Amino acid sequence: MALAAEELKMLQDKAYQIRRRIVQVTERSGGGHLGGSLSQTDILVALYYKYMNINKDDPRWPERDRFVLSKGHGGLGHGVILGDLGYVADEDLDKFGKTGSIFGMHLDRHKVPGVDASTGSLAHGFGIGLGFALGARLKGLPWHTYIVLSDGELHEGTIWEAAMAGAQFNLTNQTTFIDRNRLMIDGFTEDIMKLEPLQDKWAAFGWNVMRIDGHDFNQICQATEDAKKVTDKPTVIICDTVKGKGVEFMEDERKWHYGGLDDAMAKDALASLDEGKKKRDAAEKKAS
Amino acid sequence: MAIGLTWTIDDADTMTQGEIYGEVLTRLGDENPNIVALTADLAGSTKIGKFQTKHADRFFNFGIMETNMVGFASGMAESGLIPVVSTFAAFAALRCAEHVRTDVCYNRRNVKIIATHSGTSFGPAGPTHHCIEDLAVMRAMVGMTVIAPADAYETAKATAAAIEHDGPVYIRIGRSFEPPLWKDLDFDWEIGKAITINEGTDITVIACGPAVLHAKEAAERAKQNGLSVRVLDMHTIKPLDNEAVMKALIDTRRIITAEDHSVMGGLGTAVADVIAQSGKGCVLKKLGLQDVFAAAGYPEDLQHQHKIDADGIEEAIAEVMKMDFEADEDWEDEI
Repeated sequence: MALAAEELKMLQDKAYQIRRRIVQVTERSGGGHLGGSLSQTDILVALYYKYMNINKDDPRWPERDRFVLSKGHGGLGHGVILGDLGYVADEDLDKFGKTGSIFGMHLDRHKVPGVDASTGSLAHGFGIGLGFALGARLKGLPWHTYIVLSDGELHEGTIWEAAMAGAQFNLTNQTTFIDRNRLMIDGFTEDIMKLEPLQDKWAAFGWNVMRIDGHDFNQICQATEDAKKVTDKPTVIICDTVKGKGVEFMEDERKWHYGGLDDAMAKDALASLDEGKKKRDAAEKKAS
Repeated sequence: MAIGLTWTIDDADTMTQGEIYGEVLTRLGDENPNIVALTADLAGSTKIGKFQTKHADRFFNFGIMETNMVGFASGMAESGLIPVVSTFAAFAALRCAEHVRTDVCYNRRNVKIIATHSGTSFGPAGPTHHCIEDLAVMRAMVGMTVIAPADAYETAKATAAAIEHDGPVYIRIGRSFEPPLWKDLDFDWEIGKAITINEGTDITVIACGPAVLHAKEAAERAKQNGLSVRVLDMHTIKPLDNEAVMKALIDTRRIITAEDHSVMGGLGTAVADVIAQSGKGCVLKKLGLQDVFAAAGYPEDLQHQHKIDADGIEEAIAEVMKMDFEADEDWEDEI
């Protein structure tokens, strides 16, 4: 599927703005989980700005689709989106992680409007999210649950317990995305504790598996829509991504899992994002 | 009659603690469509399987994956359901501890945990299947209500009260072979409110779980020796009935705690906290597992070995009656 040019541009521009804001918040607040926030951005942008049924005026609208960021350290990137939606104030975001802020590194559902599950301890969000789906089905509620996992947390046994249960209960009113950026704190997953072949693992656990480029909106949207057509298995979409995506000096660098930015670094990071946008705009112009 | 119990259980005197909660939960499920029951391959052992016979669509067996079951329970509560999770205490409180902390307590989810085979009640299975740490662990969980009913009747009331209570509740029961303390359901029972089983003025035994019945028997024996022993059934460990502890402290100045649990972190520690912070003198003796694992064996033998049966409590009463709390003003002789 190819998105209409206008919609594709809207999503790309939104992702660009979100990434810029992630950099700004990190600079202002003193530090953040940059790498994973940047790698997950396109997945979250597609969900929040195209697919999720949410109410801009009421983050706790009962019928909203639910979202669980099981990789809770991506809270920086998630928080920026909630800010962009108007659920939280800019000045709150700028105090991210500081004493007295509503934001810790890992978002608290009781403090940050728009957060459905307090996560942070890896792998916990998967069972919680699948529980959302099972509860909704039992109660006949219309909402769909979207879950985003990191690749590193797939090491946890809890993930595979939940995967088994998700298949057993055939939870098709949820869609799970894996932000497969290949890096964890200490290095590449394949060097530390191998995850591949991931498709085979998930398929063996009874899931409908797709694997896509997690930075290509056409593919993200196609997969999200295809997932909803599958009714005999729950779906997981493995999204190949780049940790630190969009900021050249952070891309694929494990040291940018978490970090702070001084003025100059922030400027460089923003320039790198701007450069990426300029190139994309030029390519689009040429193509049209 | 406890909250939510609008009926009686006809054959309660022939039913075990587990069977009663299974029956009660099933009947509560008739009245409340939001109750869902979750277990991990222990539907029969924990008796939560009873719920399945009547409400199969609201019963979920997770296989042997306790931690994930707790995560699911947290998520299921989002839609207004009241998940009741049941497995052995050793798994509910220890294996699942972080999931209970993060998924249930930190997320503030209305999940009920009914932990069976607690303490040394699963005696022959040995220490892997005993659980002498759960009260300590669960007391430390933010916002968790912790209950150790004395028998099947109290379990019935605790289960109904837990469903009424908005917030996480941990109920620890035994393997279900425990003799009953009560004859029927005709008594008042309230979360956080100790029950005076026996009035007394010389010494107080504060007990929970199966130790309450033992304390009652020990008090009856002590009466033959002219001692007046107060017995408090402290079925709720958290929130503790501080008022009842303070009253015992002031009235008797000698307190024994008895629990089928480690003496570290459970009922004894909770009572000691109250006494220590009161600024008032008192002799305290904590009965329970003294930083040791119990061996494999019949629960009644283990309770005897670890002095939480009537013999042990009787012995402790005699010992504590010989002790005096310090009346010194300056305690210089102690330094």
